Amino acid sequence: MSSLLSITGLNKSFGGIKATDDVNLDVLEGELHAIIGPNGAGKTTLISQLSGALPPDTGSIMFNGQDITRAPAYGRAKLGITRSFQITSLVKDMSVLDNIALAVQAKQGHSFRFLKPARSIAPLRDEALTHLDAVGLADRADAPTVNLSHGEHRLMEIAIALASDAPLMMLDEPMAGLGPDESARMVTFLKTLKGKRTIVLIEHDMDAVFALADRISVLVYGHIIATGTPAEIRSNSAVRQAYLGEED
Amino acid sequence: MNRKTITGIVLLGLLAVLPPIFIATGNAFYVDLTTRLVILAIAATSLNLVLGYGGLVSFGHAAFVGIGAYAVGIPAYHGIYGGGELIASFNGFYHIALAVILSALFALITGAICLRTKGVYFIMITMAFAQMVYYLFISLETYGADDGLVIDLRSELPLVNLDKPLQMYYFAFVSLLAALLIVRTIVRSRFGMVLQGAKGNPERMVTLGYNIYLYRLAAYVISGAMAGYAGALLGNFTTFISPDMMDWHRSGELMFMIILGGAATTLGPLMGSAAFIVVEEILSHYTVYWHLPFGLMLIAIVLFARGGVMGIITGKDKS
Repeated sequence: MSSLLSITGLNKSFGGIKATDDVNLDVLEGELHAIIGPNGAGKTTLISQLSGALPPDTGSIMFNGQDITRAPAYGRAKLGITRSFQITSLVKDMSVLDNIALAVQAKQGHSFRFLKPARSIAPLRDEALTHLDAVGLADRADAPTVNLSHGEHRLMEIAIALASDAPLMMLDEPMAGLGPDESARMVTFLKTLKGKRTIVLIEHDMDAVFALADRISVLVYGHIIATGTPAEIRSNSAVRQAYLGEED
Repeated sequence: MNRKTITGIVLLGLLAVLPPIFIATGNAFYVDLTTRLVILAIAATSLNLVLGYGGLVSFGHAAFVGIGAYAVGIPAYHGIYGGGELIASFNGFYHIALAVILSALFALITGAICLRTKGVYFIMITMAFAQMVYYLFISLETYGADDGLVIDLRSELPLVNLDKPLQMYYFAFVSLLAALLIVRTIVRSRFGMVLQGAKGNPERMVTLGYNIYLYRLAAYVISGAMAGYAGALLGNFTTFISPDMMDWHRSGELMFMIILGGAATTLGPLMGSAAFIVVEEILSHYTVYWHLPFGLMLIAIVLFARGGVMGIITGKDKS
């Protein structure tokens, strides 16, 4: 399999803190690649550089053979990279369906279309509804987003990522703040996505990571100390020491 | 139909029939009042597109109104007193086109800079640009500087004679209906959804692939052009224009109207303008210090009725 995303020598510092320290990483096409690491390891900083929200200091990011290191965030989305947010990021004062429809609409090229009422465009609404259905939120379509629970917001984040059709989905802690039932529902759902999209998953829930990931990279103090299959990571002594912090 | 729509339509209905009744009952003064109301409602409606729906608090919208007014005054001035052969004209289409194009251009240039800033910086820089235009016109001796400029002849248009108060009024009223329809259509369109999405969560919109800067700039230009059109009407209505029209107080008044009427609603700015004009008229009958009770009233509305006058009527908090 060829690599869809290729990161070489990426560095990012905030003052004296190296949040990203010489990161080299290849994400293969079609795989679910989990990035784990203790709190403050720089996982979200890494995703923000991949999505274009933060510029790296040095290094390069190749996507689909194209250098996107300096591409603007909206341009990367158009190329086919989408992300979900660790802290839910939705348009709270719009309805659930509106939020997803905006993601569908983003695929239409530009939206300098002033005449037709957006809510009456059937293809937009229908497609948005199928994505809501996929995450089990179809019956909440017309509710104001602000009225939904935290767990439902997390699912909306996924529905938006789905709607984007992006070949590369970066999910920043989709399980954050979910109860055990909701977590299980999310894992089941992510399993159905495996193989259809390339997914970079950042997650603290180790059960979920080891159940889902094809490969895992371990990030400690901004540096990747190991990359491998779940079995390899589990038996890697450096990981056990640095990350799991246990000796046996 | 909900109470909000009904209230708005009742107000529009009153505006459609009241002025001839004022004249028939010998209260011609009130035609002036309603004309001013309607023109200010157009300006407020244009501001609502960026402020209410785009979340961009432009504190310089009076500059567009002023540019529109001078686009009528300056060609008319040269038409009468000679000089400036290139621009001298009484043609109403020419005046309106000039007002719309110049204010759109001003919006494009200043918007391209202002929209690179956020929050309070955006407020300050839009105000700064408006004050620049204000001082520019104060320095133009030819056009009356800070004494202002009298428009001796109004714009000439086929079918309507703007010298007749009722025709002037209905020209403005039809313009208001068009402005309301335009803004309503825009905010419901795909463009409008992006604009509102960028107000609610800019980070998310960028992640989805929207270059929100361009969408905001487009809205700013449309809004500026509409405010310029309102300015051309205002110049024709008052026949006296001065830099005072674009002072930041005027921009603030437009913002008050939106706050009064409820932002991000189609008829909110109209309701707000009506409330503003009526309250100003009533209070100024009792005291020359009418600004004081008026200010207190505004504070009360901001504190207790976040949906503005519309919010009080519909009994629903718009937040």
